[in-house]
Amino acid sequence: MEKFDKVHGVAAPMPLINIDTDMIIPKVHLKTIKRSGLGVVLFDEMRYHDDGQENDDFVLNKPAYRQTEILVAGDNFGCGSSREHAPWAIKDFGIKVVISTSFADIFFNNCFKNGILPIVVEEEHHAILMDDAHKGENARMTVHLEDQQITTSDGVVIEFDIDPHRKHCLLNGLDDIGLTMEKDHHIDKFEDHASQARPWV
Amino acid sequence: MSPKTLYDKIWDAHVAHEADDGTCLLYIDRHLVHEVTSPQAFEGLRMAGRQVRAPEKTIAVPDHNVPTTPDRVNGIENPESRIQVEALDKNAKDFGIHYYPVNDVRQGIVHIVGPEQGWTLPGMTVVCGDSHTATHGAFGALAHGIGTSEVEHVLATQTLIQKKSKNMKVEITGKLQPGVTAKDITLAVIGETGTAGGTGYVIEYCGEAIRDLSMEGRMTVCNMAIEGGARAGLIAPDETTFEYVKGRPHAPKGAQWEAALSWWKTLYTDEDAHFDKVITLRGEDIAPVVTWGTSPEDVLPITATVPQPEDFEGGKVEAARRSIEYMGLEAGQKLSDVEIDTVFIGSCTNGRIEDLRAAAEILKGKKIKDGMRAMVVPGSGLVRAQAEEEGLAEIFKDAGFEWRLAGCSMCLAMNPDQLQPGERCAATSNRNFEGRQGRGGRTHLLSPAMAAAAAITGRLTDVRELM
Repeated sequence: MEKFDKVHGVAAPMPLINIDTDMIIPKVHLKTIKRSGLGVVLFDEMRYHDDGQENDDFVLNKPAYRQTEILVAGDNFGCGSSREHAPWAIKDFGIKVVISTSFADIFFNNCFKNGILPIVVEEEHHAILMDDAHKGENARMTVHLEDQQITTSDGVVIEFDIDPHRKHCLLNGLDDIGLTMEKDHHIDKFEDHASQARPWV
Repeated sequence: MSPKTLYDKIWDAHVAHEADDGTCLLYIDRHLVHEVTSPQAFEGLRMAGRQVRAPEKTIAVPDHNVPTTPDRVNGIENPESRIQVEALDKNAKDFGIHYYPVNDVRQGIVHIVGPEQGWTLPGMTVVCGDSHTATHGAFGALAHGIGTSEVEHVLATQTLIQKKSKNMKVEITGKLQPGVTAKDITLAVIGETGTAGGTGYVIEYCGEAIRDLSMEGRMTVCNMAIEGGARAGLIAPDETTFEYVKGRPHAPKGAQWEAALSWWKTLYTDEDAHFDKVITLRGEDIAPVVTWGTSPEDVLPITATVPQPEDFEGGKVEAARRSIEYMGLEAGQKLSDVEIDTVFIGSCTNGRIEDLRAAAEILKGKKIKDGMRAMVVPGSGLVRAQAEEEGLAEIFKDAGFEWRLAGCSMCLAMNPDQLQPGERCAATSNRNFEGRQGRGGRTHLLSPAMAAAAAITGRLTDVRELM
């Protein structure tokens, strides 16, 4: 996985709450057996009209937000289906950071597996960041993972929390499976014990 | 020893390694796999030259993409769907995992097949690349959905990297009123907590009304724990559970059954165990409910009216306005006046035999409204066979329902069963999101009995009027 360091880029506002993974990527696009190429259908039903033409009112279609790298979204972002196609589409579009007041559990986990940083902030900070995102392409936001800081275009600095293990993996682009396989002996030991304790499993 | 919750006990029994910061490797007893969220995971294994660590604990079945019409025996017409199902056929064979192919009578929705075949047992950890894995919590198993990267992680290592969630108790006291079902309980709870109310928690459902439920009903309740944002939902196993499990093809037998039973009987929350959050509802207060909006938290009794967006606070005002517009409703409109054109009975929430019985009970000797499109999609081939044996299939067909083969069908519309823009469906499934059942389609979630009532009258209907 690519190493995650710092993002300095356009932030787009999506204040709607409860944006679910069906909105992020509708099921018609889940029939792929690949991970790549889904950026074009990110937010498909909001982004395109029924005839396939772009909806000019949708934020990511506006000229100022076509190069969005940071999404500032409403509460409970990513709820619903476990589809990892949602973060795949977000990543493929070019978005590397999503900021909200809360995320659905599975989506939140899925982001880290794909080098996307989901950041939870307090409502008060969320309002500041949402305002900043509304300012368009010349108002670039900076997200610095090592320092755990978001800096708005006006220089307001907001600190955020992140699980240390997850931070370490993102910063170093580490593959979870490789890391777990290093602990193989613990898994072997557990299996030996469990096959005695619960042989019916 | 300090008192433990049911969740604490199952968790503790499955930690293979704990790092200093509390990050754990949680051992997984059962890994269920379907065709949509697994191809990239198997591909990842191949590219890294890795094997499936425990193929004997891995069970695959195609469900999301499969057509539910009888002509599916001739193959799947949609090329993309066919490729996904063929990929699962191949992956199951190459990696030597248990497999129920499309035309096996045991095929069905993964969360119905697992319990039916006895793969799901109390005290287990169960995962699947599907958010409705929460269903298996009905057995007192810690069960939750995972993404495709985690599917690959479990295939390769039989573990997940996890941090423990907090404990939440949802107690439903007393008895349910006639016409009120497990579906109404689970929707009423989400109406109470909101779709983010469970985020960060594992819920244990308890109380007399939960105890009184059959395993089918308990699966319906736990199935929608994810809709409340929880990682998982649990119900402590009891005689109802053991009775259901006993004799299933993959349930333990003989001396192993006795050993299992004695451990399963320790799986309950100790007195005075700590819950971080507690919600209590009175069973008597729960009415037959429907959803009016595009979030499962948009729940109201069928006797209510569509709310005013201004009745809400914060971001929900705009969300409610958007929902009401999408749903083509008017604030203040009586829910029982909302006309529908489609009825869908099925899904991992309500596609089990008891659900079909409840709907058939209402439909017996009646006809659906002229012009109504109504379908029953049993959750598995075995549910279908049992319903035919009990004469339920005849009741549905006589009433005017289509009698389909097993699959996810119109719950998520990845297969030919879909709504057209503007169509309005009374659905026993679990999500009313925009476009969930087809682009522009409108979904009202409700119980199987309520869905049957709506099919007869052509509008959302209080099932108690037909009882």
